[in-house]
Amino acid sequence: MQNHKSGFSAFLGKLVRQQYFIPLTALVLLALFNLIADPAFFKISITTNSAGNAVLSGTPITILDYGSELAILAIGMTLVTSASKGQDISVGAAVAIAGSFILRMLCGGDSSSGTLHMPIICAFLLGCVVAMLFGAFNGVLVAFFKIQPMIATLILYTAGRSIAAWFNNNELPIIKDATFSYIGGFIPGIPIPTPFFIAVLCMVIITLVLRFTNLRLYTEAVGINENSARLNGLNPSAIKILSFVILGLCVAVVGLIKVSRVSSINYSVIAKDIEMDAILAVALGGNSLSGGKFNMATSVMGAYIIQFLTQTLYKYKVPSEALPAYKAVVVILLVVMSAPTVREYFSNLMKKIKVKEAA
Amino acid sequence: MSKNNSSASSGGLRGKLNNMTDTNMLLMITIIAFFLMYIGAMIFLGGGFLRTQTFFNILNANAALIVLSCGLSLVMITGSIDISVGGVTALITMCCAVYLDNMGGNVAVSVLIALAIGLAFGAFQGALVAFLDIQPFIVTLAGMFFAKGMTTIVNSNPFNVSNESFTALKNTRIVVPGMGFVNPKGIYVDAYVEIGVIVALLVVVVMFCMLRWTKLGRAFYAVGGNVQSALMLGINVKKTRFLAHLFCGLLSGIGGYVYFLHSGNGAVTNAAGAEMNAIASSIIGGTMLTGGVGNIIGTFFGVLSFSTIQNIVTSAGLDEAWWTGITKAVILCLFLVIQSIVMSRKKK
Amino acid sequence: MILEKQEVDLGVSEDIVLKMRNIHKRFPGVYALQGVDFTLRRGEIHALMGENGAGKSTLIKVLTGVYTKDEGEISIEGKTVAIHSPQQAQNAGISTVYQEITLCPNLSVAENMYIGRTAGIRQNWKKVNADADKILQSLDIPAKATQQLSSCSIAVQQMVAIARAVDMDCKVLILDEPTSSLDEQEVAKLFKLMRDLKARGVGIIFVTHFLDQVYEVCDRITVMRDGQLVGEYVIEDLPRVQLVSKMLGKELNDMDDISGEYQTYERKEGEAPVFEAQGLASDSGIKPFDFHINKGEVNGFTGLLGSGRSECVRAIFGADRVTHGSVKMNGKPVKITKPIDAMRNGIAYLPEDRKVDGIVGDLSVRDNLILAAQVLKGFMKPFSKAEANKFADEYIKLLSIKTASADTPIKSLSGGNQQKVIVARWLLTHPEYLILDEPTRGIDVGTKTDIQKLVLKLASEGMSVTFISSELDEMLRTCSRLVVMRDLNVVGELTGADMNQSKVMSTIAGGEKKNAES
Repeated sequence: MQNHKSGFSAFLGKLVRQQYFIPLTALVLLALFNLIADPAFFKISITTNSAGNAVLSGTPITILDYGSELAILAIGMTLVTSASKGQDISVGAAVAIAGSFILRMLCGGDSSSGTLHMPIICAFLLGCVVAMLFGAFNGVLVAFFKIQPMIATLILYTAGRSIAAWFNNNELPIIKDATFSYIGGFIPGIPIPTPFFIAVLCMVIITLVLRFTNLRLYTEAVGINENSARLNGLNPSAIKILSFVILGLCVAVVGLIKVSRVSSINYSVIAKDIEMDAILAVALGGNSLSGGKFNMATSVMGAYIIQFLTQTLYKYKVPSEALPAYKAVVVILLVVMSAPTVREYFSNLMKKIKVKEAA
Repeated sequence: MSKNNSSASSGGLRGKLNNMTDTNMLLMITIIAFFLMYIGAMIFLGGGFLRTQTFFNILNANAALIVLSCGLSLVMITGSIDISVGGVTALITMCCAVYLDNMGGNVAVSVLIALAIGLAFGAFQGALVAFLDIQPFIVTLAGMFFAKGMTTIVNSNPFNVSNESFTALKNTRIVVPGMGFVNPKGIYVDAYVEIGVIVALLVVVVMFCMLRWTKLGRAFYAVGGNVQSALMLGINVKKTRFLAHLFCGLLSGIGGYVYFLHSGNGAVTNAAGAEMNAIASSIIGGTMLTGGVGNIIGTFFGVLSFSTIQNIVTSAGLDEAWWTGITKAVILCLFLVIQSIVMSRKKK
Repeated sequence: MILEKQEVDLGVSEDIVLKMRNIHKRFPGVYALQGVDFTLRRGEIHALMGENGAGKSTLIKVLTGVYTKDEGEISIEGKTVAIHSPQQAQNAGISTVYQEITLCPNLSVAENMYIGRTAGIRQNWKKVNADADKILQSLDIPAKATQQLSSCSIAVQQMVAIARAVDMDCKVLILDEPTSSLDEQEVAKLFKLMRDLKARGVGIIFVTHFLDQVYEVCDRITVMRDGQLVGEYVIEDLPRVQLVSKMLGKELNDMDDISGEYQTYERKEGEAPVFEAQGLASDSGIKPFDFHINKGEVNGFTGLLGSGRSECVRAIFGADRVTHGSVKMNGKPVKITKPIDAMRNGIAYLPEDRKVDGIVGDLSVRDNLILAAQVLKGFMKPFSKAEANKFADEYIKLLSIKTASADTPIKSLSGGNQQKVIVARWLLTHPEYLILDEPTRGIDVGTKTDIQKLVLKLASEGMSVTFISSELDEMLRTCSRLVVMRDLNVVGELTGADMNQSKVMSTIAGGEKKNAES
């Protein structure tokens, strides 16, 4: 009996230490809750959308659709967290900037004509450059001026939406081109939302990058021990800036998806509070918010789980403005659970229990 | 222009400045910068800036910000940060509004509600930061989102408060003797401030005395200056940190109510970005993000400078909405970079 | 002056203020204090000496309540005291002034002297300032009570810390390396203050690495080595060569006879040195020095802790910011401003502090092992999994690194094995010139010998090695040339027959009391 118990607890302990544990538990809990409360949550049906295409719809599809944006941001946020030991809170504002800039490029100077002034890909690439520049700006503040990442990005967090409005002279450009709406919607003939494919593409790219470059080794080394990294020939500042630039790239992609969804932009609402979700995705993925080793896959999982949570809350008529309150509770729970003092307390408690068991 | 002047004067006074404390030096720079800027605006922009009421309106509009900035200066001096103050302010306005109008409450109790909400946030965040050693930024970021979310849960639509005794209080104007002006029609108009301004000035005085002369006040500086040293000197660091957040919470309670008195409505958009304004004001006022350096008088002038800059930007014809946001960010960025350079020089 | 000192000594020498008896302290894997006794008399300045790992800082920390002793007894003025926290130590009358100022630079001098000492909210600052000024004056400290501490020089800040201690009625004052960041004049002022306090009957424990200073102010010396007490001596009975030999653990007599086994090196004609530096200096404070090393040679920097030996190699590797000097590799001038430059030129550097500068704790043994070679190879060219595994297996076997697997995080390995991983990391880069700064510190004896053997083997294969160790034995056994350092200066170079312990120690110790004459 005793033996069996200890074997089981050892197994549990091993499971808990796995990085997949937190996101998987959250996923299972959410799924179970919805399954019991209302199985219709998982219903997927085929409907015809406004463009006349047969597409899949239902909550799981919505999760895939909107979770993809988050997943893309989570990729960049994971790198920034690892290298700089802090988070970028300007991603929402930066998405607004990138989206606004892309629209501006597409419309030329004329915001109401709706015709494309340049190929979408060109506008997107220019958007990437702009977003990466803003990322580099954050990176320089963090790496060279040694400002805490969250304070440094507070600058762009404040200015971002204003800059976005400034790019378009506060007008709301509207794109009437149908192809543009494919990016954030559906490509004719394919019933799965395009953002999911984009997210998959991003994941494939980052996997390849992590596989065929030393991005992981360098980033983790800088995040864990900057001194040592420097003495091994690395340039910690450059690597921190690089992580912010990569996040900038992710931001541009999300910006493109966001503006494509509505073929326009609303400066004050676009990607609102998304920084919170992105940080939460990283934390939920079991990654330490104070930098160091990271796991990209669990971060991406975390992103979809956040969207799952969001959809569940929507389902129970929680207005979108109230969502942050619930997510804040999740964040607090996560950071409290991972706080060293709390962990120590629990491990001591476990030891005491074990001693009692033995006695 | 003002920047040139202040840097030139600091060059000439270098010998004297070196003997000055960090706090005093930054304070002097802030105050001089403010006056230069305001006088510059009077000379070059004229118009509104020549009227005394413009100045008092800056005070009226920013009374809440002054209180909130005092709270932020306090936590920043202790080496921490609180970005939930804007959210908490919004929550307070909404709770008080709902209480006064929908529940027919009285004004005194609504004040208590505001203070209780502020204290609750301060205590909870402070406990997590001080006793569990969690990064203050993450904790208060969550606090900010929680407060904003709660605001819409309490009531999703913004509305104006019509409670009579409250509106009476809100519209109370306190005449500033001898500071009035003669309007274009040749009639003398008294200059006035709102009740909130009196509260804010009281807060400034009390906070200044507390930080300057009490043991606790000096303990805040000690902890912010060097945690290790503070420990060795026999200061209870955890308690001090907790108290800093608790006081900041209390001040966001007071600031929240002052905001409510000025705006007279409950809305989730109330005090949007106030945390950033407060941080910027504190930094302009000479409070160091790294902790240990700062002065409440400086913060007061920081708020004035910060809002005057915005006024100037608007008066100078850049009145599109985005200019305010961009100007604020540029100023914040500038001061952050200056601080960072000052700090790195000091280390050498 | 001398007369005065003797008077004090004779008058109260047996008046014991602090007695530590049979102190034991164990850490996981380290037996840091093995039954140490220490006695301090009223009105004496007592030097506590010892090299790295001698246990003197552990002893101090036990005394100041930072660590709790496992066994033993501490008594103050005959009364046994329990010390579990810095607060208790202060209450018991033990005050400490550290090398790093433990005051708040952003507060005023008076505030630093009085904060945290009494309960309550209000403080009568007028009275506090007046009191502070009185004490400062009586101790002749050039500071005003209302002045901000950061506007005082480091020396004055230290004196303020001492003033705080004095005002708290301290009976035992510990000065932990107070002089390492002071210039000569400041040191003189500090010594004057110390003598003042001594005259007032305060017992002072003085920890320093500077021999001159010990002989200038101290009355007694306690020497520790490897967690044990070597002995307590009256200063006049212990010439400095003797002191050095006691610290290093070698008797002077048994040294000269074993010089035969030491390494010699013959330089081939017409061959430029592998590395050559002229007038090299960095922002760490070392004075410009010249240095060279030939192919296949093993040389070493020696000197006491804090003498600048690590700073020299850090400057060579570009780890500190180089301010002066030029370097040549194989006769060709090269520019080394940051570590990567040095690495590209075939220099490898194992840093002194393994935890802070060496290991990347959370990464696996494999990642730690390939890190430097990987950085050299380039960002776009990672080693394949197979290659990385091959390297890891090869070096784990070659250096017999004890680890569960190559995937184990390096922080869970023992110190010696961590060090081997770092050595392996640099061997993997196939350097021409390998710098090992204290590779044997804090690791078990077996690993120490392994590393020394490895150094000799590498040298025989043509690699140039600079080897630094606090243990003179090791250096003499492995090096064919020693650069001797004292107080951030290169003071001598020993080769061949001069390479024996007594010669090394007398060079380290330097001339007897040059300062006293001037």
